[in-house]
Amino acid sequence: MIHFDNVSKIYSDDSVALDKVSFTVLPKEFVSIVGASGAGKSTLLKMLLAEERPTDGAVFYSSADVCSLSKNELNDHRRKIGTVFQDFRLLPNKTAYENIAFAMEVAGKSDEEIESDVPHVLELVDLTEKAWNFPHELSGGEKQRLAIARAIINQPEVVIADEPTGNLDPINTQEIVQILKKINDLGTTVILTTHNKGVVDSLGRRVITLDMGKVVRDDKSGKYTL
Amino acid sequence: MFMMWTDLKRILRSGFVGFWRNAFVSLASTLVMALSLFIIGALIFLGAMFDTSLTQLKDKVDINVYFLTTAPESEILDLKTQVEALPEVGLVEYVNREKALAVFRERHEDDQLILQALDELNENPLGANLNIKAKETSQYEGIAKFLDSQNALASGDGNAIIDRVNYYQNKVAIDHLNSIIDSIETLSLALVFLFIFISIAMTFNTVRLTVFTARDEISVMKLVGAENKYVRGPFVVEGALSGVISAFIALILFYPLTLWLGPSTETFFGGISIFDYYLNNFGHIFLIMLVAGIVLGGGSSYLAVRRYLKI
Repeated sequence: MIHFDNVSKIYSDDSVALDKVSFTVLPKEFVSIVGASGAGKSTLLKMLLAEERPTDGAVFYSSADVCSLSKNELNDHRRKIGTVFQDFRLLPNKTAYENIAFAMEVAGKSDEEIESDVPHVLELVDLTEKAWNFPHELSGGEKQRLAIARAIINQPEVVIADEPTGNLDPINTQEIVQILKKINDLGTTVILTTHNKGVVDSLGRRVITLDMGKVVRDDKSGKYTL
Repeated sequence: MFMMWTDLKRILRSGFVGFWRNAFVSLASTLVMALSLFIIGALIFLGAMFDTSLTQLKDKVDINVYFLTTAPESEILDLKTQVEALPEVGLVEYVNREKALAVFRERHEDDQLILQALDELNENPLGANLNIKAKETSQYEGIAKFLDSQNALASGDGNAIIDRVNYYQNKVAIDHLNSIIDSIETLSLALVFLFIFISIAMTFNTVRLTVFTARDEISVMKLVGAENKYVRGPFVVEGALSGVISAFIALILFYPLTLWLGPSTETFFGGISIFDYYLNNFGHIFLIMLVAGIVLGGGSSYLAVRRYLKI
């Protein structure tokens, strides 16, 4: 489903983010990508969204090279992937409800669909009470739950979560992980990057370990080891 | 079709809501834009003032052809027809001998000495004259040359009728006036361009700053898979809305200002009050300001967002 083929990203001679990385993610898999800060985890995810281009190699999604997509195809591609970031990246001038509705609007959903789906997903992440609050009025955990709600509202094939628990306390962290697990159980592929040992160990799913831009381990049901 | 309408509705709503929620930033750019539109409006007023005073000035320039007292009226009228046929001539007025005398008497009604001297003469000492106005002040020399050639032709036959043409006495003054009018026109054109450029640059930079503050928002929209029109549309709506509001602000500001300046402009520019101009051309000025505001605001936003769309 997703295939990284010999991908390298070189910013300059002494700054190599990724070095000939290759791996494949199958549908409905839950993959954790772990490694120290600067190991290249975020760069990998940015390439999947075509936010950055590889210096060498190619990234394939459903056998299409994401870098050769046209503008319209790229928008479609991004709508098939739900994204959750460490810094939440919510729209500050929109309420919780509107943040989710916006993702549906850009996907061309009708007003009726928006009115029926948004309350549903808000309930799923336990934010019904906060529907009309702005992001700055929410706690860190609530913001991240809102970000997840936005990521899954269009029923994407893949959810990528870039250090989603990096800014959260242990209780909120567990909550987020449980939600991601639930999403995966419902049939969505999940790619998670993290450097939180507890999270990875509790999951017991596939773990890809990156170090200095290289894949150093790829375990079917691994633990966080460096 | 349905989709387009839905898109438009969402973009408009998002633009209006964004304008309101970002009130502080919106206010800042609206004020700068109001200032820009105020400059453009001031240029319109100044242009109108200069236009009328220049027209009046040009209107004062003319040449007079004085005829000999012996010149037969039929020949003078012939010449008048010929002069009128010249393409550069605007208006020709014939003043016959009696009228010339009446004008002379009127002009000197307080001067008993001259009137007495006039009365002692048994006949009218004044010749008829033609008052000629050209379409452009620069064309007087050509007209004077034409009159000269006519007169030379006639004097060759021994029956010249023109006594003198006053162009040559006034030539220096007319030339001077011409160069002043020319330089005022060039200068005002240069000023108009300069100030329009300044106001566009000012607006564009302010809008660029407001869009800069929203750059993270734009990148999030792009990563959620929003098409460019979805990202850009609301910003363009916000910009245009700022433009509309600032047009109203500038227009309202002009009311007390022109009211206050009205009397002094009336004396300075001769005859036209800036306040009357404001009232008489309100619709016209309103439309120019409104369109300029929408184009300035919307256009600046459109351009400013562009560089953040390349993700």
